This record gives sequence, C-alpha cells and structure tokens, in this order.
Amino acid sequence: MTDTDLARLARESGLERVGARPPLGEYLSSVWKRRAFIYMMARYRVQASVEENRLGLGWIVLKPILNALIYGLIFGVIMPSDTRPENFIAFLVAGVFVFEYFSKAFGMGSRAIVGDAALVRSLNFPRMLLPVSLITRHVIEMVPMMLVLGIILLIVGEPITWWWLMSIPVLAVMTMFNLGVALVVARLTVHLRDVSQIIPMITRLFFYASGIFYSLEAVIDDPRLLKLAQLNPVHDFISLIRGYMVSGNPINSFMWTVAIVSAVVMLVFGIWFFWKAEERYGHD
Amino acid sequence: MATTDIKLGAPTVIADDVHIHYKTFASGKAAQNSRNLMRRQRGVRIVRAVRGVSFVVREGESIGVIGHNGSGKSTLMRAIAGLQSPAQGTIYASSRPALLGVNAALLGELSGEKNVILGSLALGHSMAEAQETYEEIVDFSGLGEFIDMPMKTYSSGMSARLRFSIAVSRDHRILLVDEALAVGDKDFKAKSEKRIRDLRERAGTVFLVSHSMSSIRDTCNRVLWIDHGELKMDGDPDEVIAAYQAHK
Repeated sequence: MTDTDLARLARESGLERVGARPPLGEYLSSVWKRRAFIYMMARYRVQASVEENRLGLGWIVLKPILNALIYGLIFGVIMPSDTRPENFIAFLVAGVFVFEYFSKAFGMGSRAIVGDAALVRSLNFPRMLLPVSLITRHVIEMVPMMLVLGIILLIVGEPITWWWLMSIPVLAVMTMFNLGVALVVARLTVHLRDVSQIIPMITRLFFYASGIFYSLEAVIDDPRLLKLAQLNPVHDFISLIRGYMVSGNPINSFMWTVAIVSAVVMLVFGIWFFWKAEERYGHD
Repeated sequence: MATTDIKLGAPTVIADDVHIHYKTFASGKAAQNSRNLMRRQRGVRIVRAVRGVSFVVREGESIGVIGHNGSGKSTLMRAIAGLQSPAQGTIYASSRPALLGVNAALLGELSGEKNVILGSLALGHSMAEAQETYEEIVDFSGLGEFIDMPMKTYSSGMSARLRFSIAVSRDHRILLVDEALAVGDKDFKAKSEKRIRDLRERAGTVFLVSHSMSSIRDTCNRVLWIDHGELKMDGDPDEVIAAYQAHK
C-alpha cells in the first residue's frame, strides 16, 4: 500500500485527521460547552488549597495583608513623607490587593499548561480550559479579598459609599485583561520553560512601576514620562479601584480608556495566540 | 504487510507513514520512552521514536501492540489519541480515540472522586452525565473508601484501576489501553479483560499495549510488533507472538 492509497482510503471511509485544531469559532464553542469543567476545576482547586493549610482560606487574604504590612513598614519609614499619598494605609492596601490579582494571573498563568502536564497528556480536551479555569479560581478567591479590603478601608476611616460598587466593573475588565495575559504566558512557557524563571522579575518591575506604595503623579515630574507610566494598564486598574474606594484619588477618563482598550486587545490576542498552538500542548 | 481479517467492518483508524520525533536537551525528560536512536544536533537531541508506521484497523478488531521497552509503542498510542502530533505522516480516525495510560495521574492533589468528575467533564460530558456514571465507575474500580482520598496517595495499581474504570465507563468507539492490565490484581485483571472483550463485541476498536503475552492472546485478534520505532510484524496473534519471543 502506498501513502496516497491510505490517504484516499481514509477520505473515502470518512475518517478525520486525529488531533487537528478546529477553527477558532468551533474551538471556543467547545470550550463553552465544557464550562462545567471550568467551574468545577476552579472550585476543587480552591477547596484543595483550603484543605492543605491549617489557615485554609485565610491565606488567600492573609498573604496580601502581610505584604501590605511589610511594604507599609519599609516604605512608610524610608520614603520622604511629601511623596507619600494621603491616607497611606488605604492607598497601599488597595494597591497591593489589586496588584496581587494581576500577579497571580501572570505567575500562575505561566504554569497553567506545564503544571498540569499529566492531565494534558492523558485526556483530550480544549487546552484553553486550563487557563480559563485558573482565572475562574482567581475570581472566586477575589470575593473574600474584596470583602477584607472593604473591612480594612472602613477600619482606617474611609467612608463607605455606593461608588464602592464600581469596583465590580473595574475588576470585570481587569479579569479580561488577566485572562489574556494568562493565555499568552501559558503558551510561551510551553515553548520556553525559561519564561517561568523571568516572570517573578517582570512582576517586580510591574510592582515598582505601577505606583503601589507611592503616587506616580507625585513622583514623576517629566509629563511625557508620566504619560508613559500611566499607559501601564496595571497602574490604571489600581488607580480606578482607588478612585472609587479610597478618598482623595480622582479618576479620569484616560484611565478607563487604557483599562478597556488594553483588556480587549489582550483578551483577543491571548485567545488567538493560545489557539494557534493548540496542537502543541503536552507534546514534550 | 499482512492483514488478517479483511472481512471485518469499515476502517476506524488509519496510520499513514507516521513518524514521531521528540526534540529534547541531552538530559531532558522526553527521552524516557525512547532510549534508542538519539541524534545530536547542536545541543538538542532529536529522538526518532516512531519511524514510518502504516496500518489500517477495522471495526471489531482488537489490536495487541508488543515490543521491547522504548520501542515507541506508547508514543504511537499517544499519537493515535491525538496527544502527540506526528512529525511526518498522518493518523486518521473515525472518532476521537480515548487513551488510557498508566503513567498519567490526573490531578494528584484532588481526590479520586473529583478526578472522576473532572475527567468526565473534560471529555465534554454534562454534569448530569458525569454524576450518572460516577457510581458505576467507583463500583467497577473497587476502590471503596479510597475514592475520597487525594490521588497522589494511591498506589500505582489503585490509580491504574481508577483510570481504567473512567475510560471504560462509556462506550468509546476506539479505546487505547496502555499496559493497564499489568497493574491491577488478579480479580481486576479478569474483570478488565472481560470489559475489553465486551467493548470489542459492541463494534468498537481496542488497542492494547502490554508485555503480558497471555493478556494479548486472551483479548486480541491481531498483533502489531513495534521494534525500534518500526512496524516489524503485523498479523495473527500466535504467529507474531511466536516470532517476537523467538527474536528475544
């Protein structure tokens, strides 16, 4: 039998090529069909992380609080007080909590495929389920974090207003952005494991560049440089949350523009970029 | 190449000159299944695990796949399941083949129960369907109370049994079983061999990779002998097994 005979036989018998990547629309609908998997996996993972540690769910909120405490101690003492924004604790805690949401998606997103290699190697399913499920898990974990953030803000004397509810659309847009980021880094790590080594450094760079313990506007004098720093979407997500929840932080439409445009671009690019390599995941 | 039963049904799996390569670094883990045929290429090794395998499998056949360790059997199975894309050549199938391997744990930190549900959902079943077959899977696996424990605490035999039970809980048109039968205890082995025969009778196609010649003889009606990534012999189980054993 020659090759062409086999190919013809396959065609005549109506066989399809195994492992072929479906068109994008079909692919996304097969992901949507498995939304129960996305949610259940996210829930099981949260449960497992809760069961593993004595403090369980506590760690989800305790970690950013401790982080905020450390940064507060260090930067509150070292930094000249004129660059320190008013109501520093509220400013800092809101910044750290929102940044944590991004850094989790960025860091854990890079492990979304390679970290579950056993699953990817043994079952056939649209691989996009894994990063989407990861982000779903972060959304679930964000609920107690936002409650704790609210409580902390009340304790340090921030007034509770209806504007606090605006944090929901802000976080929804940020979730789109995070998903796009996770999809991109999930694929990059499959090609090049080294990516997961460099991610903590990029995260730190973002941490310092996003104005978490200082106000960009108060520190940067050069207007062009300031504009550039404000183009960082992570900074804008943090500023929007602060704007709605912490007094003395005005919001402008530029923040919303950067947030929405970056989220849409990142998500669309992420989906396309991840789907392109569908046949390659788990092949090493 | 010799094909035994041409009177069988329509083709279900066709491998058309399949070559599978791994690219790995000298000490990389991808070499695990194929210690033969490594070629250096600027620090990266290309492992040619499968080299030009072609065959046609028809409905109702159950195929035993034999060969020494590292001959490329498991790699070939992974390719048929669509988990590994061939470097050259194509594999066609009438429906999506389901692979059942020994090495793959699903999610170690989750319990057997959650793995059953997630595995079922990942394959595109609804939550209701997943719950419906859950009891049946647990019964078949015979794991009892262990089903609530994390899978990482399972012995290799227990987790192989659970995976086998998940895979055979539905009628797959094409089922690939990779040495799962070697791991279970005697009762489970008899149970799973019966299940494979049932599946075959319902016009499915079964591939069984095993080092146990008795399992192959009991369950298969055709045998492929893979040697150093090439299809060395293809035909009647007794003939191929005799040739394989003589070769050793």
